[in-house]
Amino acid sequence: MSQAKRPRVGLLATCLMNVFRPNIGFSAVDLLRAAGCEVAVPDSQTCCGQPAYSAGDDELAGRMARQLIEQFEGYDCLVSPSGSCVGTVRKYPQLLAGDAQWAPRAEALAARSFELLSFLVDVRQVDIQARYPGRATYHDSCSGLRQLGVKRQPRELLSKVDGLELTEMEDAEVCCGFGGSFCVKYPKISEKMVDDKLRSIGASGADTLLGGDLGCLMNMAGRLKRIGSKVRVWHTAEVLAGRTDGAAIGEEESR
Amino acid sequence: MSRELVLHEIRRAIAGAAGLRGRSQLPQRPQPPSYGDRRIDRFTERLEAHACSWEAIGGLDELPARVLAWLEQRGLARRMAVAPPLMELPWPEGVHRHAGAAGIDESVAVSLAFAGIAESGSLVMYSGPNSPITHNFVPEFHLVAIRDEDVSDSQEGIWAKVRAHGGMPRALNLIAGPSRTGDVEQTIQLGAHGPRQVHVLLVRAKGVTS
Amino acid sequence: MKALPGSFDSRAEAALADPSLQKALANFKPLFVAKRAAAVAELPEFERLRDAAAGIKDAVLCELDVWLERYADKVESLGGKVHFAKDAEAAREIIRDICRKAGARTVCKGKSMVSEEIGLNEVLEEDGYRVVETDLGEYIIQLAKEPPSHIIAPAIHKTREQVADLFAQNHPGRPREDSVAGLVNEARHALRERFFQSDVGITGGNFLIAETGTSVIVTNEGNGDLTQTLSRIHVVTSGIERVIPTLDDLSVFLRLLARSATGQDTECYTTLSTGPRRPGDVDGPEEYHVVLVDNGRSKMLAGRFRDMLRCIRCGACMNHCPVYGAVGGHAYGWVYPGPMGSILTPLFNGLAETYDLPNACTLNGRCQSVCPVRIPLTDLIRTMRNEQVKAGLMPASQRRMMAAWGWVARQPGLYRALERLGSRMMRLRAGRRGALSSLPGAGAWTEGRDLPAPAGPTFIDQWKSRGREQ
Ligand code: SF4
Repeated sequence: MSQAKRPRVGLLATCLMNVFRPNIGFSAVDLLRAAGCEVAVPDSQTCCGQPAYSAGDDELAGRMARQLIEQFEGYDCLVSPSGSCVGTVRKYPQLLAGDAQWAPRAEALAARSFELLSFLVDVRQVDIQARYPGRATYHDSCSGLRQLGVKRQPRELLSKVDGLELTEMEDAEVCCGFGGSFCVKYPKISEKMVDDKLRSIGASGADTLLGGDLGCLMNMAGRLKRIGSKVRVWHTAEVLAGRTDGAAIGEEESR
Repeated sequence: MSRELVLHEIRRAIAGAAGLRGRSQLPQRPQPPSYGDRRIDRFTERLEAHACSWEAIGGLDELPARVLAWLEQRGLARRMAVAPPLMELPWPEGVHRHAGAAGIDESVAVSLAFAGIAESGSLVMYSGPNSPITHNFVPEFHLVAIRDEDVSDSQEGIWAKVRAHGGMPRALNLIAGPSRTGDVEQTIQLGAHGPRQVHVLLVRAKGVTS
Repeated sequence: MKALPGSFDSRAEAALADPSLQKALANFKPLFVAKRAAAVAELPEFERLRDAAAGIKDAVLCELDVWLERYADKVESLGGKVHFAKDAEAAREIIRDICRKAGARTVCKGKSMVSEEIGLNEVLEEDGYRVVETDLGEYIIQLAKEPPSHIIAPAIHKTREQVADLFAQNHPGRPREDSVAGLVNEARHALRERFFQSDVGITGGNFLIAETGTSVIVTNEGNGDLTQTLSRIHVVTSGIERVIPTLDDLSVFLRLLARSATGQDTECYTTLSTGPRRPGDVDGPEEYHVVLVDNGRSKMLAGRFRDMLRCIRCGACMNHCPVYGAVGGHAYGWVYPGPMGSILTPLFNGLAETYDLPNACTLNGRCQSVCPVRIPLTDLIRTMRNEQVKAGLMPASQRRMMAAWGWVARQPGLYRALERLGSRMMRLRAGRRGALSSLPGAGAWTEGRDLPAPAGPTFIDQWKSRGREQ
């Protein structure tokens, strides 16, 4: 995609973001516009089908996939502030492989679907003009990291944020224990995993936790809140867009 | 009978998966490493990394004296299992040695390696009348002579040598250091079941007499 | 081996509540990961070796019958005997028969996952043989009467104190040892005599080489070598998928195996065994048998899980699995734990009996990223869930919820309205606190963590009301 043309981006507003953290959506819009994109939010969109796909319900996941392909194939690309939702879209070709009509459409969309932070580095360039005073540590969410190769991009972007010091935690690449329905099906195991993660966060000395997938962030923020930690949790897009005036994830509003 | 039964099941399964039978192209293997004139350095480096001790000797005729000195330093008796080709070296009087299989109380064995591998610092033992297998595993102390020209860059060099030597023996043992275990709290402990110490006597080419 | 009693949940919960297990796991977890990473970093061609290894296995699997015949013919031409076993029972019978004909009393064993899989020890003990596991880890769990909890470090769940207790109970007349060195030494002495008394020595077979009719084991202790060399009869137990074409192919796998398993560049002992002792040899077994076990593997060849047959049992997937790291191997209930077990165990023991295994996974993909033969473990675990769904095994309550959600998610208007409603209710309940400490219907979430509350109306509502600008 050349920098000259203004690409039309369809923003996939993930279910969790849409309900729990609209600020991430507005941050994504800001950043995409700053990167010279035209942003649309198809308002018939619902869900990428990840819950069904992960549960092994390929029938239902396939129906969700077809619906989403229809909604988004008219845009130059699909972008979403979630590695796992984009990861699901990238699985559509495999999911619909047996369907001669839909497989090519799935291929075409998957090839044009990007996770927000990697899009802002690998596909478009963006000028970051934000300030965040704090010591932050970055959790690499699994789908983004291993399915999409999101690792260096958020760090590159965060290095341009004024006042922000990035300190790596140990085991940044280890799962936080969220895993979608896993965390409610196996809450005790999930709790053990998130506690391990919290220990790494604590040991890093960071006052802020950042990541690129809201599910994981809610899991860690929820546990941090439960144990009374003061570590603030943001989606990276919020910090990059300078939208950190309000309450962080799970934080009281008075702040 | 059961052979045919199992093979039949396999053939049925392969036939049932479309296109499987045709896809049997073996891939290209990455080139094995080679070290040029660093070959022996690499070998001794890896020996040390695997907790072997080693010394260079000028020829096999020096071996008895070096072996006895090594034993003496450790206060060990002059009693050992010795590989047949090394039996007739100039051993002094009073050294108790035999060339049979190692017995339950065997403390020391002296062997001659078939080859070495620089890549991994492994000693390669080719079993046969000249190299009893038990010598490699039963004693607590294993002293192994190896000629430096027998050290190959990689395993692949060994396979070529084995093929040229008439094929596989009953046991081809690649040995990288003394026996060890991490089974108690992942703490590495030497001398699990096999030798506690492996000492290599590297026979330098220029001094070879045999 | 029979499956362990209880449900996955109950075993996992017990594991989480077991302080010595948690201590052992905390000790093991960082170690193997760091060692593997360091070993891999030293070998620039590691990724290419992974490609080659996967490619060799795939090529062999496509013509498995051909390679097995070549291998078996070669073994027999060198005086060995190859037995094919269609299932666990057939394999057990073959080995019982070998022991019976040998008039054996003592049977020593090197580590063999196949022998665990077919439940060999139980029947040999019933037959009255003294069966001795000689790998230190296996020996420890044999004394503890427990199954292995890891495929390469079977006693990883045991602390030093627990091993000391076991040895003190089982080695009468010896002072109690507490140090690792002391314990290892004690086992060395206890097992020494057994090796020399052994009639039949059973080992696994990591690789079978068609070119030379050779079976290969890799160990650090040397126990597998003493087992096969000092016994009158050497029996190799191996899965039918372990055959590879040549010695040069073996090198590809050897460069991957130790690095992936323990982070060593090579294990201490790599042993290539070919036939029985030769004329003129002063030691080595008089008979050499190879038992090739199918036990469901040929069925895997045709199906969606064929990739699993590339597995070289290195254990890297479990070493890197955070769920395994939390609950250990026994929670998985059978001989193969962790990611590889979550696929293999349902295939061996039935999908219904093992429902939790593929589900107790966050699909985080770390296992897949380290597997030396590039098995797409995470994808296969998800595929296994799909097999469960197709077999009608998803619990009815979950099925109903999924169907209802799926229906709503295809009515955008209704989906929006429900999101709006949920958002409003949660915001009302949370007030200005920003998070909920409990929520009806979300108990499993709020049991251990707060639920961050929605921060304002839904994004799409706000987006629309701001006229798509702001
Ligand atoms: S699945 Fe891969 S990582 Fe796991 S044991 Fe098998 S070869 Fe090793």
